[in-house]
Amino acid sequence: MNNPLFERLYDLLKQVQGYIYPNEIEVHWSILVVVYPYLTGLVAGAFILASLVKVFNVKEVQSVYRLSLLTALAFLLIAPLPLLLHLGHPERSYEIFLNPNFTSAMAMFGFVYAWYLMVVLLLEIWFTYRKDLILWAREEKGGMKWIHRLVALFSNDISEKALNFDKKMVKGITIIGIPSAFLLHGYVGFIFGSVKANPWWSSVLMPIVFLFSAIVSGIALVIVLYMVITPMRGQKIDMKCLDTMASFLFYAVIVDFSLELLDFIHRLYQSEESIKILSTMVMNKLFISLVIIQVLLGMLLPLAMMVMIRLLKVEEELRKLLYFVSVILIQLGIFATRWNVVIGGQMFSKSFKGLTAYKMEITGLEGLLVSLVLLILPFVVLAILLKILPAWDVPKKEIAGEAAA
Amino acid sequence: MERRTFFQKAFSIALPGGILGLMFRSRTARAEEREAPTHYFGMGIQTEKCIGCGRCVEACKDENDVPKVPFFTRTWVERYTIKKDGDVVIQNIDRMSDSQSEGGTDRDMLRSFFVPKLCNQCDNPPCVQVCPVGATFKTVDGVVLVDEKRCIGCRYCIQACPYGARYLHPEKQTADKCTFCYHRITKGLLPACVEVCPTQARIFGDFRAIASPLTRFKRMNKIHVLKPHLNTEPKVLYADLDGEVR
Repeated sequence: MNNPLFERLYDLLKQVQGYIYPNEIEVHWSILVVVYPYLTGLVAGAFILASLVKVFNVKEVQSVYRLSLLTALAFLLIAPLPLLLHLGHPERSYEIFLNPNFTSAMAMFGFVYAWYLMVVLLLEIWFTYRKDLILWAREEKGGMKWIHRLVALFSNDISEKALNFDKKMVKGITIIGIPSAFLLHGYVGFIFGSVKANPWWSSVLMPIVFLFSAIVSGIALVIVLYMVITPMRGQKIDMKCLDTMASFLFYAVIVDFSLELLDFIHRLYQSEESIKILSTMVMNKLFISLVIIQVLLGMLLPLAMMVMIRLLKVEEELRKLLYFVSVILIQLGIFATRWNVVIGGQMFSKSFKGLTAYKMEITGLEGLLVSLVLLILPFVVLAILLKILPAWDVPKKEIAGEAAA
Repeated sequence: MERRTFFQKAFSIALPGGILGLMFRSRTARAEEREAPTHYFGMGIQTEKCIGCGRCVEACKDENDVPKVPFFTRTWVERYTIKKDGDVVIQNIDRMSDSQSEGGTDRDMLRSFFVPKLCNQCDNPPCVQVCPVGATFKTVDGVVLVDEKRCIGCRYCIQACPYGARYLHPEKQTADKCTFCYHRITKGLLPACVEVCPTQARIFGDFRAIASPLTRFKRMNKIHVLKPHLNTEPKVLYADLDGEVR
């Protein structure tokens, strides 16, 4: 038997505990399917942070509005890649768009994705940047001038009326955008939550838990980016902005934690047939990723730090450090959350009589290295986007001049 | 102006309505529009007749080009051993050579029996519901099949199947499962597993036939299906199934 897959499966066979159905040895949704909901979660979260500015008029976070939008776009562009790479026949993936089965939650992917990308993100970014693009193009020479003119779709109207229209559009799109962001990540949760064969996934709370963990991870990501990029630009971190973001993060973590706790208590109290195998799984296979990383390091420790910041008046430098450590821990925790949902859901047999094992490949297509590349790629895209569409250096004098004219 | 707002309003109601209407025009409705089929296939299994010889598994693998390794199979036979202390030991007889002793000695054994398993050909199949491209479908004669030319290999159907009946074919990279040997039954032959079973533990037939071995099986036995609470409505029926079987 020279087939590497067979060799791997023979190896896993030795690690099976109890009884599993013969077809269950292979873990079908691997690390790539962990990366996918993690990326879409960041998209939804970053967008919701951006919409705080436009819809709820939270002025303190105005300075990260554009950064959040571009972050959402960068991650959304990469999000379908892990799914595509994971398919047995990626060359047929277009079938999902051309020939969707409307009863399939997964078939909705094409529509939700296209809607979110085309109608929400790209439009909002275009209307937000249109005026600046025109102004930049007027100042610049050479390649960049043409890039900016092209991105502005050669529009050249910055009259009061046109700018007001832009503003109105941005607000309108954001209002559509919030339910769309909910839809984007809620539907990812539904893909798992609607599988009645799998008691670890099958829960009506799943889309809501996915959504709140998305908000948590998205805000945490924008905080990381803000805290890294601002000093790199030689600017001072605006503590008011940081404190406001952190306080939204704090509330989101509390809601997320409460929902997950509710799910946990509900399962334990209902004590259905699957409870035995699920508890064995949590105590054996998922102990480190769920109890230690997701709950203790990824949730309770950052919560404790944020409570400490609120109770004791921590001075600025220490506060920054604590914020930074907690958002990194939260990212780690949310990634573990995705891992525990996706991998955990496949660790136990549907006979409820045994556990299988998952050994992540390092080099293969569904391995660690590819996943790392997919996790780094959105940051590369973001860097390019920030180069073309700077999120800060808006030529204020020009705008004032134009407005006066 | 009023007329314009009227049209705007009418359009905003009609468009989502139309989309919803299209969505609920399900595939089954379209299947019913076709001519009425003559057959509706199913299988009956008498667990007390199964001797666990595994010839059904072998015959299936030969007939259907299933890889001959223990991780991919369209049908399998489980051995249940219920011990005096209430412990239940389940083994796949395909792999029993590795773990003969797991069942324990005769002395602590309360009862033991074999259960052949295969795709339940659900009437309400979760795999068909979740397939994003409609590659998995139910034929008019009730058999759930996979179109390997259309399957994109996303494996959602494998996750959705409560019975572990599906696997990803390692060479084709598409989902695969029991077809009731569709290429045989449509010619009037029996599925390979049924044909080779030395004790006739498996009975294949047509639910619509007035007199057939399957009809007789249904009349003479107490019938049970696997995981009835999931409302999958299996068309593989078990006679006198033990309560421990999952």
